[in-house]
This record gives sequence, structure tokens and C-alpha cells, in this order.
Amino acid sequence: MAREIAFVRSEMLGEKPPPASIVGVQGWIKDNLFSSVSNSILTVVALYLVFVILSGILPWIFLGIWNAESLAECREIFAERYGDGTEYACWAVVKARWHQIVFGYYSPDQYWRPILGFILIAVSIAPILFPKLPKKLFFVSFASLFLYPWLIWGGSFWTPITAALGAVIGFFAYRYVTERFGFLFGVLAGCAAALIWWSFISGFAASALQSAIPATIAQVSSLNLAGFVLSITIGIVAIVASLPIAIVLALGRQSDMWIVNKLCTGFIETIRGVPLITLLFVATVLLNYFLPRGVEFDVILRVNILVTLFTAAYIAEVIRGGLAALPKGQYEAADALGLTYWQAQRQIILPQALKISIPGIVSNFISVFKDTTLVSIVALNDPLGIANNIRANSDWNGIVWELYGFIALIFWVVCFSMSRYSMYLERKLQTGHR
Amino acid sequence: MKTSIFISALAAAVALGGLASAQTLDDVKARGKINCGVTEGTLGFSARDGEGKHQGFDVDFCRALGAAIFGDSEAVEYIELSSKNRFTALSAGQVDLLYRTTTWTFSRDVDLKTSFVGVNYYDGQGFLVPTGLGVSSAKELDGATVCIETGTTTELNLADFFRVNGMSYTPLPVGGTTEAKALFEEGACDVYTTDASALAGVRASLKDPAAFQILPEIVSKEPLGPTVRHGDDQWGDVVRWTQNALVAAEELGVTSANVAELANGTDNPEINRMLGSEGALGAMLNLDADWAARAIAATGNYGEIFERNIGENTPIGLARGLNAQWTQGGLQYSPPFR
Repeated sequence: MAREIAFVRSEMLGEKPPPASIVGVQGWIKDNLFSSVSNSILTVVALYLVFVILSGILPWIFLGIWNAESLAECREIFAERYGDGTEYACWAVVKARWHQIVFGYYSPDQYWRPILGFILIAVSIAPILFPKLPKKLFFVSFASLFLYPWLIWGGSFWTPITAALGAVIGFFAYRYVTERFGFLFGVLAGCAAALIWWSFISGFAASALQSAIPATIAQVSSLNLAGFVLSITIGIVAIVASLPIAIVLALGRQSDMWIVNKLCTGFIETIRGVPLITLLFVATVLLNYFLPRGVEFDVILRVNILVTLFTAAYIAEVIRGGLAALPKGQYEAADALGLTYWQAQRQIILPQALKISIPGIVSNFISVFKDTTLVSIVALNDPLGIANNIRANSDWNGIVWELYGFIALIFWVVCFSMSRYSMYLERKLQTGHR
Repeated sequence: MKTSIFISALAAAVALGGLASAQTLDDVKARGKINCGVTEGTLGFSARDGEGKHQGFDVDFCRALGAAIFGDSEAVEYIELSSKNRFTALSAGQVDLLYRTTTWTFSRDVDLKTSFVGVNYYDGQGFLVPTGLGVSSAKELDGATVCIETGTTTELNLADFFRVNGMSYTPLPVGGTTEAKALFEEGACDVYTTDASALAGVRASLKDPAAFQILPEIVSKEPLGPTVRHGDDQWGDVVRWTQNALVAAEELGVTSANVAELANGTDNPEINRMLGSEGALGAMLNLDADWAARAIAATGNYGEIFERNIGENTPIGLARGLNAQWTQGGLQYSPPFR
């Protein structure tokens, strides 16, 4: 019987790869680009458009000239090379002036200061960005709060040291009083101790230490603070300082206390009802009318304060959204556990509300960083202001795309990394409520 | 924070209100530096170079002041101001004077409580045309297409000029200089009109500047000059006469090259009085006797400043025109040093 069967497969056939037209590059192309007639037409048209655009832009970028002294020289070189009026990018302007766009008008031997400042910022936000890093890095964050302004503006090394000491004193006063009289008095005592130190003692201490051990770096006038150093300074200050203010404002707006509630709501709505550019004019023009003659109130500090308040008002609304999104049960559970208001906020409400708010907060940060370019309207030299100034030199008069392209590239890199980071953070903090 | 600043500012303003007409010259001397308000970047007039130093026509007048007061043309702090915050910066004392391409007008002089103490550049609206158009005067522009920035006084001046001369034109509205330049370069309009100094900058930035010319007619008055606060005539005199010294120096043939030699005394009494070897003009200004000589040595006379920054041998290539000496048919004229 068995002999009648001509062939019996005694083992299973191995799996075969799917046909080439379904997987791999070919399959992907077929699935995504040519799945139907209309899609095929669209693909061809789109590819043609991409080709046209790239064939215009890529040679312009890559055949550009890096070594020239002026736009006129660039044009001479192009005329020599092609002779038919063909012109590509004149990157020489970026090569000649990139240091001004990035570092502003620091003298070159002082460039280490903004560079060190940027590194400090990077190190100090690292423990916030990546929770796996050792918590001791927070000391760097604390130190950089005082060291960064010193690096940027210069002056005696003892000024940031004594200023930091004030914060430490305030902290210990807070700890000491909180243990005995509770949280509210602790905060008040901490603030009072720090303020007393800063307004009466730190100045003397700094000058005494300075005369004992002189340690000074050259002062840089705010007039010379420009370029990305200025944008990043305004941006970082606004981001760092606005978040705590925003949290307080958001809690205040949710508060049952009438005065606190109305004050916070009034502040938020006033600031949000006014365009940033108006606030910048208030900072640079209007304040001049109120301040007496001869009173020096640094214009960058003024702009910084108003940009911070502006950002805080917007972020407060984002956080309020986060607070409102929390299920009521969370509040009730906190109450049921007998937690005080601040304990509940710290342990239960804020961690969840802030987590929900992260995308909104980061997109506010991105927009405030880009909004720093508005200061060029009030004659501060942000990168756009510097570009205008470079174009006012007869060497580079007439250059447009190269400068703005370079500036746009830097802005894009910074803002894109921020947005990618916020996506990473969202995934990491996802605890599966949705 | 904001409220407390407002309150303290108000209190301080009340306390210091009586000092509004403080002696700027004394303040400047005590500070050791002049705070000079300049533009954020205007071709030829003020811009920072690759080292971050300010250069330009307006800047040189600030440097001359530094040399006149301190003997050091670097004793100047340049404060870049926008056209919007320049007057408040001046009246608030943030700057001691403006050399900021500011047009002298009635309302600014009278209503804004500023004083114009001279004119260092007579600007005005001009016309830029391709040489291929074959016109040599703006009066031959009948029927031309004109690139014009909308909503500006230049638009009104243009309409007036063409109506007075019985000509017609087609306006091509543009949003700003960069857009205008692009349209003009590709031949969308025959004529581009704006202030002559800006036209020179546009012309210099074109691929082939020689193929374009600025017509000789100037159809509006834009006298640009140094501005100080009302009510401080002593400081106004210092600024006015330093600039006058530079103008007079050109008229009298005093240059940065020969000023040191001439300062020892010449047979021209006016040069002697100006450079301080005769009389006591410097003391009348509360300055040293050789104030004018130092200013001229630092920057050269008016003509040298003009030629170095915006003159015909620079890429900008502005002709002297109205800014020639009065002896050469221009308007630059210094009252006598006597």
C-alpha cells in the first residue's frame, strides 16, 4: 500500500520569504507611493516638485563661497567662475561674522565666558531633563543660577558667592522655622532672612572679600550683550523664572480665597490681553518716562522681567488646564487622607497636573525662545538685529538669504530639540491613565 | 516687583524733578564718556564692523566730540536706538545727544522738547533709475512706473512732484527696501524713489551699480542733525560748535594731516582762534583751548569724514550735492569763529 504512494514529504518545508514585491524597498514603494492610479500621479508630481526645489537650493547651498572679504568679492569670483551671471550663496558673510551672531559683541578673548555659561546651563538642566543622573548635579543647577549672570555681565567673583550665601541662609531659616512654627511661617522667615542678607549685608561682604582676595573678570556692558547670547539669556531666564511664578498663579486662580483668586486672575488676564511687543515697548520706552533721569535700570533686565511675566501668565493657564483635568477624586482622596493644602499640592495634585501640562509648557517655552527675536524691534541686538547691522556694512550690503538662513538653522536646531525632548518626557512619564 | 519700581520711580522723579535742566557737560565730564545715540545699523551712517566697533558718518561726529571734550575719540559709549525710542531715550537722559539720522522738523524741535543744533547731512527724496533708461533729470520721467513704499511721506512727495511738473506715473506699491530692490532689479519698475542716502545704499548693493544712477533732483527736505535736550544750551553749544569746527575746518583748508602744524599758529586769524593759538574760544565752551584741533585731528574735517564714510570713492558713492561747502554751491556753512 505504502509503495503506491509516489512521494511523501517527510519533513516540513522551511518558511519562504514573502515575494519581493510585498516587502522591502520595493514593497514599501508599491504600498505607499503607487498603490493606485491617482496616488501614482500624485507621487510623480510630488517627486518632480521636490526635484525642482532641491535642484535650485542644493547647488546654491553647496556651491557657495566661504572665502571672500565682501559680497562684491563673492560676485567677482562667481563672475570669474561662471561668467553668465550665475550666483550661489556667499557664505563668506557667515564665516566673517558668525562669532557676532552667536556671541554678540564680547571681545574674542572673553568668548570663554558665554561658552562656559552655556555649558553650565547644559549641566544644570541635565538632572531635570534626565532623572537617572545623580541628584548631586542639582548643586550645579543652584550654583549656575548665580554664576551664569556673573559670567555674562562680569564683575567681582564675590558678588555671586555672597548672593548664593543669601539663598542658603534663607533656606536654613526656612528649615529651622518650619520645624517649630509650620510651613507658612517657614516660607516667610526664609524670604525675610534672604532679603535682609541681600539688601544689607551681602554688598559689604562682597566688597570686603573683594578687597581681601581680588577676583574680578571684566564687566561687559549690556550694550554689548547681543546675538544668541542675548536670546538664550532672555529665553533661559524667562523659562526658569516663569515656571514657579506660573505654578503660584495657577494655584492662586484655583484658590477659594477671594483676594488671591481675583489678583491672580487679574494679573493673568491683563498680561494675556496685551501683545508681547507692547510690553517690550513699556519696558524700553514707557519706563523711561517714569524713571528719574540718571537712574540706571538695565534695559535687558527690564526686558527680561516683562518677558518672564508674559511667559508666566501663559504657562499659568496651561497648568490651570492640567489642574482642571485631574479627576475630582484625587482632591477628595488627598482631603480624606488628612493632608494639608500644601501637602496635597506637593504630593498628589501638582505632580499629576504638571505631567499633563508638559506638552503645553514646552510649546510655550519654544514660542518664548522664538519670541526673543521681537526685542530687535526695541533696538536690542538679538540675532536678527545683528543681521540688520551686518547688512549695514558696505562689505555685506545686499546680503539677505545667507544670514537669515544661518540664524533660522540655529533656531530650528534649538526648538526642534526642545520639542523632541518633550515627546521623550511624555513617553517616559506615561503611567497608562489613557 | 513692578509696582515697587513704579512707586520708587515716581518718588524719585518728584525728588529729582528740579534737576531736569542739569548741566549735561558736567555730567559727561564726571562720567568720562559721552553717551551718543546712534541707529541700529544704517549703511554708511552707523554700523558695527567685524570687531564690533562702531563705524560711520554719524559715528565720526560722536568721536569728534569725544576728542574735543576728553582728547580721546574712544571716550564715547554708542547706544543703539530705534526710531521709536530715540526721543524718550534722549529726554530720559539715557543718551546725551542723538546723531541718529534724525530729521529736523518743527514739531520735533518745538513739541518734543528737543533741540536740533545743526545739520550734518542734508538728505532728501531722490530717484534711482537704470542708466539704460536714458534720462538725466527727474523731469523727464513722464509716464514712468515708480516703485514706492506705501503709506509714507515719500508717496505724497512723489505725487506732489509729478503733479507740479504736469507729469503722470504708474505707482507700483512695495512693502520695504528689500522688496523694492528685488522688483527694481528685475525691471518691474523704471524708477525707485526714497531718501537719497538710502538710494545710494540700494544702488551699492545691486549686482552692477554702474548700470544705475541717482538723478540730481531732490524733491523733499530731510535735514539730519544732532539732537540734544531742550534747556541745556551750554551742552548744545558744545555739540553745535564742534560740528561747526569740522565744517569750518574744511572751508579753511584745515585737515587731519596739517592740523597739528597749523595749531602752532598761522597768518589766518580765524584758524588761530578756532585751533586755540589765539583768543579763548575753548574756555567759553568750558573746554580746553585745543578742543577743535583735537576733534579735527581725530576724525578729519567735514569733507574728510564725508569722503571716508559715504563719499564718491566708497561703495556707497554719494556726491556732496547739498552737503558741499557753501563756497562750492552747497549748504554746509559754519558761522564765523570769532
